Amino acid sequence: MSLQLDFPAVLERWPSFVAGAVLTLELAAFATVLGALLGTLAAVGRGAHNALIAGACKAYVETIRNTPLLVQIFLVYFGLASLGLKFSAFTVAVAALTINVGAYTAEIMRAGFEAIPRGQIEAAEGLALSRLQIYWHIILLPAIEKVYPALTSQFVLLMLASSVCSQISAEELTAVANYIQSDTYRAFETYIIVAVLYVILSLVMRAGFWGLGLVLFPRRRRLGTPL
Amino acid sequence: MQQIPAASEPIVSLRDVKKSFGSLLVLDGVSFAVQRGEVLALIGRSGSGKSTALRCIDRFEKVDGGEIVVCGHRVDRPDVNLRALRQDVGIVFQSYNLFPHLTIEQNITLAPCAVKGVATAQAKDLARKVLAQVGLEEKLHAYPEQLSGGQQQRAAIARSLAMQPKVMLFDEVTSALDPELTAEVLKVIEQLAADGMTMVMVTHEMGFAKGIADRIVFMHRGKVHETGPASILTSPTTPELTQFVGTGNLKS
Ligand SMILES: Nc1ncnc2c1ncn2[C@@H]1O[C@H](COP(=O)(O)OP(=O)(O)O)[C@@H](O)[C@H]1O
Ligand SMILES: [Mg+2]
Repeated sequence: MSLQLDFPAVLERWPSFVAGAVLTLELAAFATVLGALLGTLAAVGRGAHNALIAGACKAYVETIRNTPLLVQIFLVYFGLASLGLKFSAFTVAVAALTINVGAYTAEIMRAGFEAIPRGQIEAAEGLALSRLQIYWHIILLPAIEKVYPALTSQFVLLMLASSVCSQISAEELTAVANYIQSDTYRAFETYIIVAVLYVILSLVMRAGFWGLGLVLFPRRRRLGTPL
Repeated sequence: MQQIPAASEPIVSLRDVKKSFGSLLVLDGVSFAVQRGEVLALIGRSGSGKSTALRCIDRFEKVDGGEIVVCGHRVDRPDVNLRALRQDVGIVFQSYNLFPHLTIEQNITLAPCAVKGVATAQAKDLARKVLAQVGLEEKLHAYPEQLSGGQQQRAAIARSLAMQPKVMLFDEVTSALDPELTAEVLKVIEQLAADGMTMVMVTHEMGFAKGIADRIVFMHRGKVHETGPASILTSPTTPELTQFVGTGNLKS
């Protein structure tokens, strides 16, 4: 039994790999930004006095957290199609990933909100700040700071999980790999390269979040306390 | 036209205030008034309702009955303008509650800028001024966690002062501090009193209350049990206050 690897045969397709990696990163970037917004709104909504809003947010979070991502992607894909709506695979993938990561973000942000001491809010109320100002200045940023490591891990996981979007033929990294390996009959080499590329993408994202953390949380920068 | 309150009109007045938490009657018809420039000390055993009475003044608790008027605001009414009320009232808590992610300067300038629309440069001048008042000018750019407990409490007082309140409420602001740090905070409050600030303070520092309070309100089981000038601490008339000041509460 011998293992024969022929990387050059696969590596000559490097422009496709790069294009796939870029698309994966784009998917992740869009879904992260939109999912962070959606998730934060859902977390705020779960604490709403209005039972209907709170219930709807809870139902959303629980449904998503208890169904597979691939099924969610198919639901969005075929759901939109059966409504007669035509979107690109990329748009559908971004929508499905946003809905998915939004639910996880909501859970993480809720923990962040709950970690803000009641006294902080009372102090802000005592200074006559409005509800919106309190949410913005006293709750949101410190909450994000508290859960930042959990949030960023979730966003990296999302990037990795985006590989299932190959199932709806979004031309991201895994879809590209599937195509190349069926063309070259060099499956093992292809997926080794893809694995290395995913590692690089993860490291790029982590470095980006580290830098963003320095900008968002000047106190951490000043006091040298790591996130 | 704005109504100018008569010179004799109190800044804070409570009349027959009642408040329950569930079945627990915490304030059982509390009445007292604070005139402009007056310092009122609320004393009493733990659980007698001092904090609740104080919190009712700034409407952190809604009363069940009675009347509270603070700087012309009818605090007991549901339609009270909360944000207008709280611009007139400063409150400082035992646990400082500085915003940990903001520098001391940002802690102080946040409300003047956001609530009153003060320009940034002016707000920064204001921050310097109030920090000088509490002896912390050099901590302008520090974060709360870099300060001692006493310094944090003084910064919290400065933050309240920056809103230029007409009355300040203090709820056991030195209870979390050791004696040395307590002294530096009390000195700041003493100076405020000397400058004519109207104040209501809940305190366990009987020596301090005796020194600066114009009037003492001794609470017992949700009622004002005995009230009078600071001298009632040395010659109490009710057995409850006698016992209270006798159990080692009256030190220094
Ligand atoms: N939010 C609340 N819910 C229920 N009970 C409360 C609440 N706040 C205070 N109490 C109760 O009311 C009583 C008076 O409390 P408090 O006003 O804090 O007393 P003090 O400040 O004199 O120690 C205590 O028995 C306390 O347990
Ligand atoms: Mg108390």
